[in-house]
Amino acid sequence: MHNKSLSELSTALQTGDISSVELTQHYLDRINQYNGDLNAFITVTEDRALEQAKAADKLLAEKKGGPLTGIPLAHKDIFCTKGVRTSCASRMLDKFIAPYDATVVEKTDSAGMVTLGKTNMDEFAMGSSNETSFYGPVKNPWDTGCVPGGSSGGSAAAMAARLAPVATGTDTGGSIRQPSSLCNLTGLKPTYGRISRYGMIAFASSLDQAGPMANSAEDAAWLMNIMSGFDPRDSTSVDRDVPDYTATLNDSLEGLTIGLPKEYFGEGLDPQVAEVVETAIKQYEAMGAKLKEITLPNTHLAVPTYYVVAPAECSSNLSRMDGVRFGHRAEDPKDLMDLYTRSRGEGFGEEVKRRIMIGTYALSAGYYDAYYLKAQQCRRLIRDDFLKAYEEVDVIMGPSAPTPAFRFGEKTDDPVAMYMEDIYTINVNLAGLPGMSIPAGFVNGLPVGLQIIGNYFDEARLLNVAHQYQQQTDWHTRIPDAFK
Amino acid sequence: MSLDKHDVEKIAHLARLSIQEEDIPHYAQGLNNILNLVEQMSAVDTSGIQPMAHPLDAHQRLRPDEVTEVDQREAFQAIAPKTEAGVYLVPKVIE
Repeated sequence: MHNKSLSELSTALQTGDISSVELTQHYLDRINQYNGDLNAFITVTEDRALEQAKAADKLLAEKKGGPLTGIPLAHKDIFCTKGVRTSCASRMLDKFIAPYDATVVEKTDSAGMVTLGKTNMDEFAMGSSNETSFYGPVKNPWDTGCVPGGSSGGSAAAMAARLAPVATGTDTGGSIRQPSSLCNLTGLKPTYGRISRYGMIAFASSLDQAGPMANSAEDAAWLMNIMSGFDPRDSTSVDRDVPDYTATLNDSLEGLTIGLPKEYFGEGLDPQVAEVVETAIKQYEAMGAKLKEITLPNTHLAVPTYYVVAPAECSSNLSRMDGVRFGHRAEDPKDLMDLYTRSRGEGFGEEVKRRIMIGTYALSAGYYDAYYLKAQQCRRLIRDDFLKAYEEVDVIMGPSAPTPAFRFGEKTDDPVAMYMEDIYTINVNLAGLPGMSIPAGFVNGLPVGLQIIGNYFDEARLLNVAHQYQQQTDWHTRIPDAFK
Repeated sequence: MSLDKHDVEKIAHLARLSIQEEDIPHYAQGLNNILNLVEQMSAVDTSGIQPMAHPLDAHQRLRPDEVTEVDQREAFQAIAPKTEAGVYLVPKVIE
């Protein structure tokens, strides 16, 4: 049952071959069996899930269900879920029961989907290995001595071990694409503004974007149809029609021009990963696409720029965690200052504190122009590189991450070594463009992702390009032996 | 440009974060590594480049000035660490 596509599950539910309760129980059983070891879920919402499944079965029996009614999913624990702990993997929010639903949760609920639980992540989505979670690291189902990537590592591990048929993630600097690459998934970070950020706990507001993490481009398209759309409650949501992302999956790739940025294939890239990615690109050529070498000359500025913009925004966003209105509060504060500093000092983990401090410094008097303003100028240069490239090409391809999954503790000593995990994903967030990672092969038994970057609001084309590759390859169907 | 112990203490104070005395050197090192990384930006001439705050160069939308939210004070205060009679409680601020 856990090897079926969303389309197959939907048909089975609509025809009554299986009930949503049976399907939900099957996944809950798998979670019970495997989560103890993987640590992919922070909270399993078993009772709520079975109630939602019963309601879905009722709708299905009355032929009132939609295509995704009765299908379970896992939400990253960054999406507020009314009445359910929403921790963002932080001690700060360990006891935070969300008083309202994120728009994304509201949308999956109204589609009749069943929430299995809330997945583990790096604390406040700050990390690329899921090692900063207050609830402990998540293991990669492909090799449990390795990280699943981050920050959406729990969703990635849950999907790779088939503990959910589909999941949500968020991507501020690569947090959907990099774990998708490390766990053999199809993950899509849409254009900034495509999916509502309302109720999605903010890290860096000008970069954060939610998206699907799935077993195929087709499944991702199904969830995109539900997640996307304008939301007046998100001031940066874009009011623009949502196409049916499944309608164009079968379009031909004849004449498609693929840009290959030379900066994506140089120093820093594992040669074995490069080989996998180059093989995938050759396959596209065989499918009728044209290849064109391009340049994104400011790529090297992406990580430095990001580590001003993102921390600056996070230091501002996380100032709301003050120990007064919600979240962790220190015992017996002697005065208000003590209440603030100790609540925050105890509630936040090391990486979060480090980023708040960098952001605070970058925004402090006398440094604003040198850091924040400069970073915003660099951001424009990075964006303009892409605009220029898209005058000549339809999509851009390269690796999603410089290496396959790495071992626990390998990159925790120096924050900057960890930041380099995102060298190929971060500029896409700075530019606000959509990007995907799709399974493209393996290196020593560990998955490698191919990244496909599109022009603004070109999600349908990305999904089409990914789907066509998945018609000719079976990498995306591979499951780690222990979880078959 | 390198942050010392005093700088880290000042930044932690501005950010309202208590940091253990013995952890300061560790934070100083991490922050300095990041600042060295960020320093790469200064090699680029950005004179005349308009700063970019939003990826789509969009502007804030306005909505009609109407009440759209219902009062949820009780729901929101139910998750607060300490409240009384509808207000949030903090240590005494005014003597």
